[in-house]
Amino acid sequence: MTGVGPVVDVRGLRKEFTVWARTGRFRRERRSVAAVDGVDLRIEPGEMVGYLGPNGAGKSTTLKMLTGILTPSEGSVRVCGLEPVPDRTRLARRIGAVFGQRSQLWWDLPLSESFALLRSVYRVGAADHARRLAECVELLEMSPFLGTPVRQLSLGQRMRGELTAALLHDPELLFLDEPTIGLDVVSKEAVRGFLAELNVRYGTTLVLTTHDLADIERLCDRLVVIDRGSVVHDGTLAALHARYGSRRRLVVELDRPGPPLAVPGASTERVEADGRRQTLALDGALPAVVAAVAAAAPLRDLRVVEPAIEDVITRLWKTP
Amino acid sequence: MAEVLGAYRRLFAAQVRSQTQYRVSFAVDLLFNAGLTVIDVLVLLTVFRVTPELAGFDVRATLVMAGLAQLAFQLADLAVGNLERVPFYLRTGLLDAVLLRPLSAFGQLVVLDFAVRRVGRVLQGVATYGVALSLAGIGWTGPRVVLAVVAPFAGAVCYGAIFTAGAATMFWLVDGGEVVNVLTYGGRDFASYPTPVYGAWFGRVFGFALGLASVGYLPALALLGRSDPLGTPAWAHWGAPLVSVAWALVAALLWRVGIRHYRSTGS
Repeated sequence: MTGVGPVVDVRGLRKEFTVWARTGRFRRERRSVAAVDGVDLRIEPGEMVGYLGPNGAGKSTTLKMLTGILTPSEGSVRVCGLEPVPDRTRLARRIGAVFGQRSQLWWDLPLSESFALLRSVYRVGAADHARRLAECVELLEMSPFLGTPVRQLSLGQRMRGELTAALLHDPELLFLDEPTIGLDVVSKEAVRGFLAELNVRYGTTLVLTTHDLADIERLCDRLVVIDRGSVVHDGTLAALHARYGSRRRLVVELDRPGPPLAVPGASTERVEADGRRQTLALDGALPAVVAAVAAAAPLRDLRVVEPAIEDVITRLWKTP
Repeated sequence: MAEVLGAYRRLFAAQVRSQTQYRVSFAVDLLFNAGLTVIDVLVLLTVFRVTPELAGFDVRATLVMAGLAQLAFQLADLAVGNLERVPFYLRTGLLDAVLLRPLSAFGQLVVLDFAVRRVGRVLQGVATYGVALSLAGIGWTGPRVVLAVVAPFAGAVCYGAIFTAGAATMFWLVDGGEVVNVLTYGGRDFASYPTPVYGAWFGRVFGFALGLASVGYLPALALLGRSDPLGTPAWAHWGAPLVSVAWALVAALLWRVGIRHYRSTGS
């Protein structure tokens, strides 16, 4: 990437909305509600950052301020070295955004025509456009439905179209709001693989909001958790789980009864059916633990239970 | 710059293509729109069956004002009339998608919802204005020809600015459309008749404070070579199109402030 310094540099970001609360039959009272309240955030080029939090925590509001859609009430924002609101159109050519509910595609036109229109909207050279489009079409397997009007596409197909639309102008920073929500397993995997590839191949910085743990594991080296408008955690997923004591569980089924297992990298939490089913909380790497269990007892079946990120986040905001 | 215009042109072409897909329905729409606006001319002619003059102006002179006001209004309506859809963009959060693109929000909203059928009304406006000019017995000079061409466009800028200012207030009022119509449709009807017809107070507010006299009445005086019973000097008649500049500045300012007040909707 060309830029030196952070791609996103946010200090003391705050957004207030005015709401009118009814206080009597005719009287209404004006109140300010802070959707985002003092967020500091620095993202370096090439990072993949998950921006997480419960619904209504201020995730979308933050992304909208970073893209220049909303004007911040307070604080300083720099994205790609630009101020999002005054430099909105210049910034738009350097960032991409996939906000699932806000389609960038033309409903009545075939997908390919939407892409052609976006080429002139973003003023991309014909050769560059053709090259990137070919790449997206191949990686996202879009050739079967390029000629289909957008309104007739399935959600998974449209999402791949949205991703392509956000990338045709070769943005250095990509914002994704719930990029895999509502998709089937195959489409989810296709989208994740594509985004990971994008980051590796071009060093594109990714900032995404999601509720999907698999998205987080696959795509986010760093998690920024926001709740009630403020950042409550900034670090890796492992650090988040370590901090709040949530671990992955390994449930093993053994061929015959036995004593509680004692293997390195895990602690046995529950023993059922005379030891035929045991639940281990993982501390170390999964393959090593599985190998240790298999060596210690005749293993019939196993299953990994992921800690729900929602639980972690819920616990986060209950912690004072 | 040329590239930006090219982008708008492509967006515009796509919009026209999708609207003209169903030919018969489009043709009916076009004709209906042209026909509908003839009613305003019929109303004016009916008024003059009752009285030979309004504030000293006969039917031919008044028709020049009405022709100017209506052509100006139809041009503005064609260009930016679809800004009345701004509340829809606000309620649905679709403005987010617009703001993510590297083009002005105003330009995109104008182009994205461009209603081709309104061309029918402009054609009717041109016809009315043309007939009015030929019947009015104007002593044509160079400056009058220039004014006759410039005035409808200047008027269009005024009405367009009113549409825009009205749309900008939607950022606060979300469904205040009816209030804005007082100024748009009301403004068109006001400018179709000589300003002295209205009471002193009303005429002064709409005609001079809001500048609507500059759309039909004042340029018509210059074209007809008449003096103003209200006493405005001749240079004001000739300079009336400049009022549109003031309107455009006010509208641009309001629009900017409005966009900054955009609240978007939930994710």
